[in-house]
Formats: sequence, C-alpha cells, structure tokens
Amino acid sequence: MNFLEFMQQMVNGFSLGSMYALIAIGYTMVYGVLRLINFAHGDIMMVGAFLGYFGMAVLDLPFVAAVVLSVVGSALLGMLTDKVAYRPLREAPKISLLITAIGISFFLENIFNVIFGGTSKPFPVPAYMEEIVNIGGLTLPASALMVPAVTLVLLGAILWVLYKTKYGMAIRALAFDVNTVNLMGIDANKIIMIVFGMGSALAAIGGIFWAVNYPSVEPMMGVLIGLKAFAAAVVGGIGSVGGAVIGGFIIGFTEVVVVAFLPEYGGYKDAFAFVLLILVLLFKPTGILGINFDKSRF
Amino acid sequence: MSIIIRKDQWINLAIIASTLWFIWFASSHFDEYTVRILNNIAIFTILAVSYNLINGVTGQFSLEPNGFVAIGAYVTALLLLDGDAKSYQFDIEDPYPWVLALHANFIWALFFAGLFSALLALTLSFPVFRVRGDYLAIVTLGFGFIIRILAINNPEITNGSLGLNDIPEFSNLYWTGGIALLAVWGILNIVNSKFGRAMKAVRDDEDAAIAMGVNTFKIKTFAFCTSAFLEGVGGGLLAALLTSISPDLFTFFFTFQLLIIIVLGGLGSTTGAVIGTVLVIGGAEWMRFLDEPMNFGFFETPALPGMRMVVFSVILIFVMLFAREGIMGKRELKDLFKKAKK
Repeated sequence: MNFLEFMQQMVNGFSLGSMYALIAIGYTMVYGVLRLINFAHGDIMMVGAFLGYFGMAVLDLPFVAAVVLSVVGSALLGMLTDKVAYRPLREAPKISLLITAIGISFFLENIFNVIFGGTSKPFPVPAYMEEIVNIGGLTLPASALMVPAVTLVLLGAILWVLYKTKYGMAIRALAFDVNTVNLMGIDANKIIMIVFGMGSALAAIGGIFWAVNYPSVEPMMGVLIGLKAFAAAVVGGIGSVGGAVIGGFIIGFTEVVVVAFLPEYGGYKDAFAFVLLILVLLFKPTGILGINFDKSRF
Repeated sequence: MSIIIRKDQWINLAIIASTLWFIWFASSHFDEYTVRILNNIAIFTILAVSYNLINGVTGQFSLEPNGFVAIGAYVTALLLLDGDAKSYQFDIEDPYPWVLALHANFIWALFFAGLFSALLALTLSFPVFRVRGDYLAIVTLGFGFIIRILAINNPEITNGSLGLNDIPEFSNLYWTGGIALLAVWGILNIVNSKFGRAMKAVRDDEDAAIAMGVNTFKIKTFAFCTSAFLEGVGGGLLAALLTSISPDLFTFFFTFQLLIIIVLGGLGSTTGAVIGTVLVIGGAEWMRFLDEPMNFGFFETPALPGMRMVVFSVILIFVMLFAREGIMGKRELKDLFKKAKK
C-alpha cells in the first residue's frame, strides 16, 4: 500500500467517522438529560434518510430542499416521540422507558417496512456530490469532502448553542438536576424536547450522508448504524458532545483500517465497534473524555 | 412420619397433574397444526419465564434471548447430527474435524446447549455488570448481532448462511411441555428463595440492596446466567422441533416477541409470563390475517407483510404507557388465591 492509497483510506475513515459522530451526538445528549439510551435514535436517522429519498425521488425536490424537509421532519418526529412516549414515563421506573424506546424503534422500522417495502431503494445522489475531485493525486467524490466539512460546522454550531446561549445553559443545567431546573422557572419538558429536536436533526443529516455514500436506503438501516453510533458515544464518554465526535471518528477509522489492511476479517467489520464497546466498559467505563456522572456533563 | 400437604401444595400438585394430563391428551388427540402451536407455546414459556427472571425480577433490562437461543440451537444441532449427515450438508467449506466428531444424545445436547449459553453469559457479565446503567441492554442487543455475524462468517462450523438442516426431530410435546414445567418450577423456586429476594431488592433499590449487604454483581450475574442457561435449552428444543436452522431465524424480532410476552403478562410475574406466552404466541397465529390482503367487500387492501409487527409494537407501547403493570403486575397465581380468600 503506497502513501496515496493510505491517504485515500484516511479520507474514507474521516467521512465514515463524521456520520457516526453526527448520530452519536443525539445519543449522548439524550443520555445527558434523561439517562436514557434512546433506542429509537438509529431509526430516526433511518426516517431522515427516507424523508430525503422521498423528497427527491417522489416529490422531485432539489437536494437542498429535500435535506430541509428531512431535517425538519425528523426533528418533529424526535420531539413527538418525546412528548407522546417518553414524557408520560418521566416518573416511571427506568425499565419502562427503555421498553418504550425499543417499542418506538421497532414501530418505526416496521411501519416504514410496510409503507416502502423491505428492499433497499437506490438513493438519487445529486451529480455535483458524485463529481470526482483530484487533490494532489487523490481522487475523491465531492461528498467525501463535504461530509466532514459539514460535520465540523454542525459540531461548532452545537457547541455554540450549548455554551453560548441560554438554551444551552438550560440543557447543561438539566443534566445536573431536573428538579432544580424546574425551580429556577425553566420548563424542563420544553428543554428536553429541544434536545430531542437537535439530536434528531443531526441524525437526519447523518442519515442523508449515509444514503449519499452508500446510495441506498432501507427500513432496517438504522439498527446497526445506531448500535455503532451508541458504541461511539460510550467510547468517547457518554454525556459529552466532544466525546461523541471523538468516539465516532475512532469507530469510523477502525472500520476502514480493518477492511483496508485485514481484508480477510472484512466480514467482521460490523463487530469491531461492539468489541471496542466491551473493552471500554471493561477498562474505562467513563470513556475517553472520562466524564464523571455525578459532576459535570457536556 | 406422616406427610402433611398444605393447601397451596395441593393446588400446585393439581396444576402439575392437569398440565401433564393435557400434554398427554393433546399429543394423542389434537391435529398436527395445533400440536405444533402448543410446542411453540411450551418452548416460548421456557424462554419467557427465564427472560422474565433477568428483566422483570432482577430489573436489568436485557435484550439477549435471540443470541442465546441461537447458541443453544446451533450447539444442539451440531451435537444431534452425526458425522455423515454433517459432512453431507456442509457445502460452503469443509467442516473442521472436531465439528464432525461432535455427537451426543438429546438430553446431553440440551444440557450442553444450556451450559454453553450460561458460560457466554458469565463472560458478558464482567464488562456489563461492573458498571451501573443500562449497558446490559445495548451490549446484549449487540451480542445478538455478533452471534449472527459469527454464524455467517464461520461456515466451517455453522455452514454459514445456509444453516443446518435435517436435524433429527426429537422435540415433541412431552419434551417441550415437560421441560417447560420444570423451568417454571425451577424459576419459581429461585424467585421464592433468598436469591430471588435479593434480585427483587436489586430491582427496587440497588443502593439499599448494597447497604443490606447484597452482592449485586453476583446476584445480577446469577440471574443472567440462569436465564441464559434456560434460553440455550429452549433454543435446543426449537432446533429439534424445526429440524432446520439458519442465522436469519434468530433476528431481533425473536427477542421482541419475548419482550411483549413478559410486558403484557406483567414484568416480574412468572405466572404472567406464562399467560403472556399463550396470548402472544396464540395471538400471533391468529393475527396472520393482518399480513394478508383483506377484502372489505367494496375495497380490497393489498398484502402488507410486516403489518403484524407494527401491531405488536403498538401493543407494547400502549401497555407501557397506559397499563404498565400488565395483566398480573408483580403477582403470582397464589397471590390471587390469597386475595380471593379475603
């Protein structure tokens, strides 16, 4: 393997890692405020990808309009699941919340399976994203550069919201203590809904990027990607947005490196995120950014 | 020494006797289709009561059954098939010599299926139960995927995605029903022992349990391994009932069905798990019409494969939101008799 090939793989890893990172942020934020593994999050990503597909293939919208449709639709869906399914269970035992989350996840997978069918649909990738760019001998599709760039911009935006706005302050406060936040005159339910909306919007963008890279969508796509993104969130340190991004890149790079350098283990590429998750739980349960749950979050 | 039998023991004896009578009656009188459904119900009873032990009684949300059932099914299938049958059907790769050499009778096959699952559960419990939180759910969900990936990528052992076929059909209602009876009895005994009380303590308040000197890691691991053992045995029975298994059989839907069963029956109630099994497995047969085209006279809906699963998930969400206790709550059959007396 020469230097160029190596760089090519690095770019692939960066692009894959960006997608995991976008999805992992949603897991980590919801976990931060509710201590809930939102099993439906991977499926919200699937819905995002399908809305993009629906916008372009059925409604004939331009790519950007389809992305807007998908982001808005997924954010509303995320907020709706919170309002309908999770909010009534705030005081219930944790296990009820987790079971409901699994129920929502299974519901989304199967309702899309009934509506769109179980086979994967080709995703209409806009021509300018497939265009081959040549940088110093590296030949890449434009999307491989756009995905990480957009991810970094979005990450900046999320951090700005979290640390520079009043809403961000409320979200961070919520991660400490829900009751105190309510006493301060903040509507905790509203803030939690905003968290769900933000996480789902990012997941939708991640889903569309996924659909562009592997140009197809199918109802079960969210399960495995969601699982890996969750592993990314734990590896980076669940509860931390920066950690989710780091974890996403680690999982993305690991996968690419394994497939490129150890092709005989290619069949196991989906298992590596899981092995990493087990190792982190064994040796450093707080993840790389090592957030202590009783002290600070985000 | 005279043996005094208390009233609740009479009730238990009556239940056991009538179940045994029903097994005999059903296997000699009912048609093949009904017996098949009853076999399914018996196997799912084993799986549901053991799944309920970790989820309902110990309160640790886990999504493992499909993984351990797959392990149990593969172990049993490899032990039941003799060398010739195996070398005949391995098409993708030649099997390893030790795979060909494996052979055991049904009862040992089931035992090893359970043992292997329990040992795997033991290994998983170290990373999972060392940390607080809900990692068990996500690790076990991932475990199910990994088992599938391993089964597909090791054709020397599992015949890859083709799966194993022509497994001798040992399972009948005597085996499945008998083991189901044993499983329910065993689980009830665990729940009513000091281990069971410790499990409930972990579920209701882990900090208080620790303060009372309960070793929560041990208790959780014990519950998880017991449940994995029975799930392995259940998987073995399933393999010997279906006679052919493949990785696609053990998807997450399998676990999801069991989750609905125990939620509907009432998390934490073994009686509830049995009732839930009858309702869900019977109901799943009855709901087959949902997947098929429907004719309303003036208008015909197309076939909607997967509609059943949508209905299942809606049921699960509704039970959780509006009837969280399920049918039995945390009560058992004997609690109902107590109430009736008052």
